[in-house]
Amino acid sequence: MPTIDQTLDEVLALAAVRFKVPREKLSPDDDFFQNLGIDSLQALDLLTRLENHFHVELPDYEMQGVSDFRTLANKIQARL
Amino acid sequence: MLDLTKYQCLGEALRDALDRWPNEVCLIESDRDTERTRLTYSDFKETALPLARALQDAGFHPGDRAAIIMTNQSKWLISAYAVMYCGGVLVPLDYKLSAAEHLALLAHSQAKVLFTEFHLWRAITQAPAFESLAVETVLVTEAPGGAALVKAFRWEDFRRKGSPEPSPRRREDWASIVYSSGTGGQPKGCVLTHENYLEQCTALTKLYPFWPGVRYLSILPTNHAVDFMVGFIGPFVCGATVVHLRTLRPEFVRDAFVRYRITYLALVPMVLKNLERGLRSKFDELPSSRRWILDRLIALNRLLTRHRPHVGISRLLLPQIHRAFGGSLKAMFVGGAFMEPLTLQFFYDLGLPVSNGYGLTEASTVLTLNDCKPFRADTVGKPLAGVELRILNPDGENIGEVAARSKTVMSHYLNAPELTSETIVDGWLLTGDLGRFDPSGHLQLFGRKKNMIVTEGGKNIYPEDIENAFDGLAVKEYCIFATNFIWPKNALGREELVMVIRLEPGAEITSALQEDLGARNRRLPDFKRIAGYFVVGKDFPRTASMKIKRIQLGEEIGKGVDRTAVVPL
Repeated sequence: MPTIDQTLDEVLALAAVRFKVPREKLSPDDDFFQNLGIDSLQALDLLTRLENHFHVELPDYEMQGVSDFRTLANKIQARL
Repeated sequence: MLDLTKYQCLGEALRDALDRWPNEVCLIESDRDTERTRLTYSDFKETALPLARALQDAGFHPGDRAAIIMTNQSKWLISAYAVMYCGGVLVPLDYKLSAAEHLALLAHSQAKVLFTEFHLWRAITQAPAFESLAVETVLVTEAPGGAALVKAFRWEDFRRKGSPEPSPRRREDWASIVYSSGTGGQPKGCVLTHENYLEQCTALTKLYPFWPGVRYLSILPTNHAVDFMVGFIGPFVCGATVVHLRTLRPEFVRDAFVRYRITYLALVPMVLKNLERGLRSKFDELPSSRRWILDRLIALNRLLTRHRPHVGISRLLLPQIHRAFGGSLKAMFVGGAFMEPLTLQFFYDLGLPVSNGYGLTEASTVLTLNDCKPFRADTVGKPLAGVELRILNPDGENIGEVAARSKTVMSHYLNAPELTSETIVDGWLLTGDLGRFDPSGHLQLFGRKKNMIVTEGGKNIYPEDIENAFDGLAVKEYCIFATNFIWPKNALGREELVMVIRLEPGAEITSALQEDLGARNRRLPDFKRIAGYFVVGKDFPRTASMKIKRIQLGEEIGKGVDRTAVVPL
């Protein structure tokens, strides 16, 4: 099983690719709505890509109130 | 469709609907690519009545209030019907609010019963104010086996045999309390009557009829006045079908169009823009020759539908696009926030009419709606049947505050007589929105007079509700405004909030203060965040009881501070 740091790193890498942002511009505690300039629907789209990548299922409500990469990575890690 | 003029209350009308179309499908619930539930009107009745009986046995009486905090799903509607059957008053709450906000609104509404989902209930039980919860009966759906329910019952097990007693209500009785805003400031609980809903439903279905076989995709939260009307009451009194999705991931929403051959749906501007973005990027990927052909077909469709929609022609000209939307889509309804005309025109040109409307919870749902005959992207349509609109104090361009009089206007705000008398004056609802009528009687909107914004996600945000997130900020005083309130402009556009700050004497904006401001702002949900701040050089005007005189402050700032002074966050 990957460590939380590895999971976080992969989350950041996937977000960078999906929203065409240089990886080095993203950091774990960034607000992804602000940093990626996305709305909540695009955040759900990111969630789907993360699910496919990590082979986990995250209900939509798990995203409620989540706006930084670290919390998102923790939610994924808890299901790995 | 049932003739709603014959009915006194929603419960009666729905009861007849369940008997009139027993074998038609009323509800489909799908989770990702798996269909979970499919109920006929007869199944719906068989599920709801034992629940109604159990509620009555638990001491739920006519006029008692029952709150629902659930995502869009079949149990939302079944619970609501059981409440109406018992003559109860519905309190639909936004499931996206925090647990603390849920507790505050449950207390304000004096709900006796709560229907909720397990994950939401778990959050409520963990909130600091949980001990103050005064709800007598809590019913929790989909709780895992062995889960601790903390005084709640499983929704699925809360059943009693025997026929419940129907409790008919009169038209003027309360049907619901719908919160249009207000969790940090004064809660605005709109008390809507059975007459409000019956009249609204009659007017809406005249313009956009439902019938057995029509399928409505329910995406907006059902607690939202629009979905409650067009995703529950409207389809049910016509024998139509409501489709619920347990996820709003764009890819599953797209699949649902095709799988369920959706006829209508209502959405907020954000979702429509998302669909537009997806389509435009697909168009951009086309080879130039195919793109050239597509552009010509779109132009031809636009020409042929310039007077009114011709869905048949549009499907013939642009079959692939229509197939992607299931091939049966007749119209999409959009409201909640201002919609860019270019987006509306984009869909209309594809033969996918978006009927934009204008309304507010205080008027049940909708005051005006575009009938698309002809399509007018620059307006929000004409008043619905039975709705009178006036423009108050029009300026030189005939723009003024929109006021409405209709049987769909709410009874009052719950426990707020002053607010009610400020909002409903001589029978006219003062909307706080600025508009004018064009020569053909279409309403055009130009902004807001009131200090609030509506987000692209359709949420009403009042600055007062956000201010407590900045409690303890190291400044002398601060206040949040909607930018359009202090710098009015007769144009629609992105609506934003700004903070006005008065520093302690001799103090300056430091990087620590900026960081604190930014950090607190980021902790707010994205749709509640302020866009920036600016500093003023004198103390805020206050009342004798030391409340900030917001209107006066807003006017002073509007005259003395330029909009460019806002420092973005």
